[in-house]
Amino acid sequence: MGVVEAKEIAAIVDRHGREASKLLPILQETQRRYGYLPEEAMQQIADALSLPVAKVFGVATFYSLFAVAPKGQHIIRVCENAPCHLRGAEEVFAALREELGIQPGETTADGLFTLEQTSCLGVCGVAPVMMVDEVVYGNLTPTRVREIIANYRRAAVGE
Amino acid sequence: MAFYRSHVLVCGGTPCLLGGCRGVKDALVAEIERQGLTDEIKVVETGCLGPCDRGPVLVVYPEGITYVRVKVEDVPAIVAEHLLKGRVVERLVYRDEAGERLVSYAQSTYYGPQKRVVLRNCGVIDPESIEEYIARDGYAALAKALTAMTPAAVVEEIKASGLRGRGGAAFPTGLKWSFTAKAQADQKYIVCNADEGEPGTFKDRLILEGDPHSVLEGMIIAGYAVGATRGFIYIRGEYRQSIARMAKAIARAREMGLLGRNILGTGFSFEVEIREGAGAYICGDETALIESIEGNRGEPRVKPPFPGVHGLWGRPTVVNNVETLANVAPIIDHGAAWFRSMGTENSPGTKVFTMTGDINNEGLIEVEMGIPLRQIIYEIGGGIPGGRGFKMAQTGGTSGGCLPTSFLDLPMDYDTLAQHGAALGSGALLVMDDTHCIVDIIKCFQKFFAHESCGRCTPCREGTVRLYEMIGEISEGRGTREHLRVLEELGRVMTVAPLCGLGQTAAVPLLSCLKHFREEIETHVLEGRCPTGVCKMGKAPVVA
Ligand SMILES: Cc1cc2nc3c(=O)[nH]c(=O)nc-3n(C[C@H](O)[C@H](O)[C@H](O)COP(=O)(O)O)c2cc1C
Ligand code: FES
Repeated sequence: MGVVEAKEIAAIVDRHGREASKLLPILQETQRRYGYLPEEAMQQIADALSLPVAKVFGVATFYSLFAVAPKGQHIIRVCENAPCHLRGAEEVFAALREELGIQPGETTADGLFTLEQTSCLGVCGVAPVMMVDEVVYGNLTPTRVREIIANYRRAAVGE
Repeated sequence: MAFYRSHVLVCGGTPCLLGGCRGVKDALVAEIERQGLTDEIKVVETGCLGPCDRGPVLVVYPEGITYVRVKVEDVPAIVAEHLLKGRVVERLVYRDEAGERLVSYAQSTYYGPQKRVVLRNCGVIDPESIEEYIARDGYAALAKALTAMTPAAVVEEIKASGLRGRGGAAFPTGLKWSFTAKAQADQKYIVCNADEGEPGTFKDRLILEGDPHSVLEGMIIAGYAVGATRGFIYIRGEYRQSIARMAKAIARAREMGLLGRNILGTGFSFEVEIREGAGAYICGDETALIESIEGNRGEPRVKPPFPGVHGLWGRPTVVNNVETLANVAPIIDHGAAWFRSMGTENSPGTKVFTMTGDINNEGLIEVEMGIPLRQIIYEIGGGIPGGRGFKMAQTGGTSGGCLPTSFLDLPMDYDTLAQHGAALGSGALLVMDDTHCIVDIIKCFQKFFAHESCGRCTPCREGTVRLYEMIGEISEGRGTREHLRVLEELGRVMTVAPLCGLGQTAAVPLLSCLKHFREEIETHVLEGRCPTGVCKMGKAPVVA
């Protein structure tokens, strides 16, 4: 993902405008660029918008889609709300923990996956559901999640 | 528009997209071209066609034959047999529970008792084509409002229609607009709340994916009515497809002079910007959402003052739900009396529901307000899988009350449900069969609230965690009578003490279950037994 370059952050900030109200869109684009929000980036954004760093950090830590530390290459978010729960989300989640060998909030040793639990993703029509990065997978079973993980692993080796 | 012998609609809603509808569509276009049918048959990618659990879905018009679970490999057969020779590919046809072939969507009970106002274009038009929206009277209401009605007359029409907010709180929309219309300010705003996060709700996503212009048109009309010239659509960050479709809709409307400066040459100007959420259920609350647009942590504000007079940057702001706004153009088009001819006296119009859980036809429906719960579940929803028994239905999402069998004949409207300690809310409808455990599902609800509490006020921050812990102890066989007493007492306090709707509703499902399913909960506590065998009683405590 690369080191934070001041001119890159400046370009992102300028694209959105140097206003406090543009903080979220700026953080969103910064995260898309680096995969998370590096501290130097937050510092530079704070300077550019004339905001205290604490404020930028406070916003970044409030929202679950922001990460202030690096995560795995792929972020797996498993829905655990009632509609998914009734359709077997627990078994799906157990299969994922077993397959990856990690608990929610952790990253696999190879740095490939971070596992997270999330609230309803709004695709309960195909419950149970998980999201890998920006892709949604529905109608999951323990067997299907193992296949999906295997596909990502294969793709990573092929790279 | 060119004339085509057949139209093939391919569902491009998110579940179908993930089921591979893009591949099916591409294969279809290629195959039609290969067979030299390009000038005769048009392939259209539309919004959700309904049976989400059976995607990718494909409908061939004019016959109205619905194919489900279509794979790329099936495409040559559909083209060669159906499109070329007119013979239906039986093995892919959508059938009802009895195995009866559903000749067309319109004849299926799944659509039968439904009334499509909000979803009038969903699954019918190409949502990325403003021309198709306009061809179905799109933007006619905007033109009528701007050229033939005063702003006050627009507000009056919405008031007269009796439209109530579809985001959950059911506040009368016309009245809300009138507060903002009356307020004096240098700038006013319209905010579309598309932060849909109530578990089991996905109607706003499907409206945005299937007919984004209907929402945009509603926003512009609202802007004209209250004197606002700027609007924001706050869409939750996970809804990539909704964001993309709305961005395209905004760009096209601008190109056509329906958005921006001097709309339709009337002198009225209106600008719209999309803001993406960043993952916080609480931002669905209108004041938290406003904080988020301003660039802050999405923590709710103390009300009053209400956003209508003191909203974004302290300016008067109308916040409306996606579905509420999608109702605006039809009301202006056909009039308040037409709208009132549907639904009930105090809840006119239709409601979009999303059915989830133990129900055969999961997915999206639109019905008149006041339809009995039983009809929704058994007639439209196709009943409970495997013929199992009904245990409870929860309306309004995870913050709604749970209803037992004796409530199945309740009419689904705002006031009736409120009288019975439930809420129509956002239109989520969760059905649970008798193999599931009430304690287990309450635990699932409480975990959600403990997770989503924003932590700003103490009763919610501490209360949601305590409720989760206590119900967890009951599910592990460590519950006592004291647990029941405290759950009830704390639950009551929670309905009033927290600052915002999240905390205030966090105990609503629990309290309704303590009322309607007390026996089952007591069996866990007094006999140390889970009647359904779902709870692993006696296990060591699990730390979440
Ligand atoms: C915790 C919480 C979550 C909410 N989530 C949503 C939501 O996802 N979508 C929505 O439209 N309204 C939501 N609301 C209701 C909004 O605060 C507000 O009432 C609504 O957007 C007003 O629009 P309407 O009058 O058109 O319904 C939520 C309220 C609370 C307290
Ligand atoms: S409950 Fe899992 S996606 Fe909605």
